[in-house]
Amino acid sequence: MNVLVYIETAEGKLKKSATEVLSYGKAIAKNSGGMLTALAIGDLAADEQSKAGRYGADKVLHVTNDKLKQFINQAFASVVAEAAKQSNTSVVVISNTFNGKAMAPRVAVKLKAGMVDGAVGLPDLNNGFKVRTSAFSGKAFADIELTSAIKVITVSPNSFKAEENQAAGTIEAFSPSVADSDFTAMVKEIVKASDKISLPEAEIVVSAGRGLKGPENWGMIEELATLLGAATACSKPVSDAHWRPHSEHVGQTGLAISPNLYIAIGISGAIQHLAGVSSSKTIVVINKDPEAPFFKAADYGIVGDAFEVIPKLIEEVKKFKAANG
Amino acid sequence: MKILVCISHVPDTTTKISFTADNKSIATSGIQYIINPYDEIALTRALELTEKSGGTVTVINVGDASTDATLRKALAIGATDAVRVDANPANASFVAAQIADYASKNSFDLILTGRESIDYNGSQVAAMVGELLNIPSVSIVKSLEVADKNVTLEREIEGGKEIVSCPTPLVASATEGMAEPRIPNMRGIMSARTKPLQVMAAVATETYQQLVGYDKPEPRTQVKLIDASNVKALVDALHTEAKVI
Repeated sequence: MNVLVYIETAEGKLKKSATEVLSYGKAIAKNSGGMLTALAIGDLAADEQSKAGRYGADKVLHVTNDKLKQFINQAFASVVAEAAKQSNTSVVVISNTFNGKAMAPRVAVKLKAGMVDGAVGLPDLNNGFKVRTSAFSGKAFADIELTSAIKVITVSPNSFKAEENQAAGTIEAFSPSVADSDFTAMVKEIVKASDKISLPEAEIVVSAGRGLKGPENWGMIEELATLLGAATACSKPVSDAHWRPHSEHVGQTGLAISPNLYIAIGISGAIQHLAGVSSSKTIVVINKDPEAPFFKAADYGIVGDAFEVIPKLIEEVKKFKAANG
Repeated sequence: MKILVCISHVPDTTTKISFTADNKSIATSGIQYIINPYDEIALTRALELTEKSGGTVTVINVGDASTDATLRKALAIGATDAVRVDANPANASFVAAQIADYASKNSFDLILTGRESIDYNGSQVAAMVGELLNIPSVSIVKSLEVADKNVTLEREIEGGKEIVSCPTPLVASATEGMAEPRIPNMRGIMSARTKPLQVMAAVATETYQQLVGYDKPEPRTQVKLIDASNVKALVDALHTEAKVI
């Protein structure tokens, strides 16, 4: 099966999620004897183009068109669908990022494709085409069989490991037909919250709850996160009380994340919170209440007061970083 | 302004999920159903907009008769009328096709959904409806303002936000921040009983997928407790055992 992956870029570089979808797409192409084509829209530095080949792309379709300088989902979906048709694609893989979520369903409609979003593993190609995704906010998995000729899959960031797999990576300029009717919506402005690590893509997340007592106490959370190269997150009561922005709220009605390491500080672990973080690979819980339900869902736990434990943890991480670089 | 709000009927967030013997559907006994929390945000914003500058808010759901209670709740919160497409909401493309069909016959200025439903967690319907109607769709919107026939939206992106401007008609999916959900008052509950709830037959669509079954994640192994006086042991374990730092 020929596979097309849409690779997201930022400032001319492949995003980490792009290497993940390349690896995911490569595995499908390899297992089914097909070609992997990568599609990049916008600036892409020369060494980044070869990186797409290093992560498995047999061919890279590169679109440079001033109209596509900013992300408009309607237009980008048209470009992906056109590339899919041109490269005789059976499977389209897109990262389940904010932009991926905004465009992938439109691609599926254009291609009359069945779609699975937030896939957590490779498709099972024995006897059909089955994809596993999470359901009920991480409380369960759903296995879905796609029966359409073309399939669209979005892959959650950080759920599939990027692996190098050298392929030709031939660069080809691609000039899609871009219709004016695709540009009804316009991006006025992009506001960067900060240079902090983006929460959905973070490998390590330091999260805190009501146990922190007030927004003025987040300094130590930020410090620990910076030391670990982590993003910060919070529980629902914290964002409801406006101690932290809604964009940091993880849980059933917030963001669902799957970092390698999730450190929960002063969060009791209500079922709604667990739902959003339970697919984290390793969970550490620090809470002064030994009965906190979160300990049952954790890999490591410390029963103790955050205001005593966190400063110590910061010191230990500093020592560790000094010793291990 | 004529607004359509798409409502999912989902298990309450505190629900412990279990499945029927064939693992193909959830065991519904004892489950409380609610309006999908993000849809409630969308509904509230729609009501704020029409209260300010006039118009109507229609709510639509694809589901069987058991979802009528959820639609009545939406009417109690303040929606003008409700439509239920009488069919099993098997997947996002089916649901989107039903909503797009209804919307195409009723010319709405604005179609709102929640960013995702908390049951199947798909975030596909809004963009699919946009594509089917060939109008713009803006996903995961935390602020939506209307001036004349122009809509300004703030959508979430990694590490920030994007401000999008778009003329009506359009589809937008709501997330936290767009509005604070309202609790229906007694007058709303009383008037909801007599508001119109139209039941419609589904339109035929092509089927692209089927559910094979559900499965539960493996429970985590027993937590390893580390003494609060020995925080170093945690750092060591994360490095040498879990290998995550």
